[in-house]
Amino acid sequence: MRIDIEAASVRIEGATILHRVDLLLKPGEIVGLIGPNGAGKSTLLKAIAGLSSLSDGAIRYDGVRAQEIGAARLARRLAYLAQDGEISWPLRVEHLVGLGRLPHRTPFAGESEEDRVAVERAMKLAEVAQFRARTVQSLSGGERMRVLLARALAVEAEVLLADEPVAAVDPLHQLRVMDLLRRVAAEGKCVVVVLHDLALAARFCNRLVVLAGGCKLLDGSPDELTDTIIARAYGVSTLRGEHLGQAFVLPWAPLGPHNG
Amino acid sequence: MTAASVSPVARAEATRHAWLVVGLSLIVACALVGSLFVGYAGLDVTQAIADALRGAQTLPAIVLVELRLPRALLGCFVGFSLGLAGAAMQGFLRNPLAEPGVVGVSGAAALGAVIAFYSGLSTLVPLALPFGAIAGAIFAALLLFALVGRGAGTMTVILAGVAINSFAAALTSLALNLSPNGFSALEIVYWLMGSLVDRSLPQVWLATPFMLAGWILLLTAAPALDALSLGEPTARSLGFDMGRLRVRLVVGAALAVGASVAVSGAIGFVGLVAPHVLRPFVGHRPGRLLFVSGLGGAALLLLADIAARLLPIRPELKLGVITAMVGAPFLFHLVYRLRREA
Repeated sequence: MRIDIEAASVRIEGATILHRVDLLLKPGEIVGLIGPNGAGKSTLLKAIAGLSSLSDGAIRYDGVRAQEIGAARLARRLAYLAQDGEISWPLRVEHLVGLGRLPHRTPFAGESEEDRVAVERAMKLAEVAQFRARTVQSLSGGERMRVLLARALAVEAEVLLADEPVAAVDPLHQLRVMDLLRRVAAEGKCVVVVLHDLALAARFCNRLVVLAGGCKLLDGSPDELTDTIIARAYGVSTLRGEHLGQAFVLPWAPLGPHNG
Repeated sequence: MTAASVSPVARAEATRHAWLVVGLSLIVACALVGSLFVGYAGLDVTQAIADALRGAQTLPAIVLVELRLPRALLGCFVGFSLGLAGAAMQGFLRNPLAEPGVVGVSGAAALGAVIAFYSGLSTLVPLALPFGAIAGAIFAALLLFALVGRGAGTMTVILAGVAINSFAAALTSLALNLSPNGFSALEIVYWLMGSLVDRSLPQVWLATPFMLAGWILLLTAAPALDALSLGEPTARSLGFDMGRLRVRLVVGAALAVGASVAVSGAIGFVGLVAPHVLRPFVGHRPGRLLFVSGLGGAALLLLADIAARLLPIRPELKLGVITAMVGAPFLFHLVYRLRREA
């Protein structure tokens, strides 16, 4: 699915959260959405997911607006992984992942074979199959995040929107989750991922979109993420290096108000 | 992947769930039949059934059809309504304390019924009592959801309940205060305590359609409630309209609880105890819990009503008193457990 975002603006209680953002999302790419806290990343992701309405502008899915597609049909084509990781009841992992199949279920019908296969596949991909019979409350924060990711994968949607999927995850699994997202994109899906880790973003994404103060600062390849843009977005200086022929970038020191 | 790859846990669980439903249904069926056998007058139930089926107007047949049957049926339906409504409200608010009695929906329904009674409407319009109760319940449910929002903390739910209950109780007291004669006030007080004594078949037929409509609205909310356990944005991303779900739950709970209160008075705690006991058996899934909790509520209320008749206490204990005796300790236990996250 191709998603066309045109001059998207979101204002909440008079404050502009997102200001005239243009973006084109295509299948097969993994787009990193980065920027400081309050830059509007989550708001943009929610808007793409059809969860927050725009004050201005439009979002079209293969040329069609969300209202014309309908929430139920959009839910089958678009998976959204929320940032807060809310889980209200001590659900078993298998059940929780199975919630991702709800958009595909007909009312009063049980799980189909297809549902079961999708849940198994999602649990294997997110490496949580070994926890299947445990309750989520017995898992660590990082494990829980992977279970929620498996839930989103179980939708088997063309588009995967993930809001900080590696925030509470240990380094090993950060790398694994990012690699997994990259593979999902390589399968021809469109992946948009909100990240705070610049190194991961630059390394695993095909494309980076930098937001600051609700405006788009950059939409380009990781090579285009220059020190100047990082300084403007975050107010930090950067450290760059190379390892095994691959460039990396690390935020290094805050830029004071005088030299910023 | 083939069917063989399906987790054995999942298969064992499907079997266990089927047994749970069958087991609870059997308990309800036995309690329902048991309820027909228990009473003060010695009654040859088999003889009575035979007479009733022949259409013979014998004394045993009349006792069975006019007294015992309505009581048993109402126990079953009211219990199902309260258990189901409790589970649905808990799923929606994502809080195990949301129960029609605790949050004031039952109290407001009682107030609605009292108003219908006092205004004389109930003598003019046959459906005034259930309509009054349902209107009261809708009002309280709207107020509750407006006060606490969704995914509310324990303290907010309790405080909203205290506020709505106090308000309903105050207005009910006002009605009693203004009551022209003491006898009718006493009658209302007794009725408010909740009971299934001396109900008639017409009352069953009056309340059942409303309850049934409420059950359908609540039971069909199951997938949305499951999705809601991951929070509102995720539930919406799964295609569920939260506004519509709220309306469905307000109307569904109000129909089920309002119609129940209209025929039985305010019976508390069934909607708290039934979901609480059964939740672990359905893997804490809010959708799966609905029907099971309804069955649990029906079993609980029928057994409590049988206990009321078997206990050597006269005058007979009111049903609402018995459920409160059993249910209040549950509430204490839950508040104790949940106080940290308040």
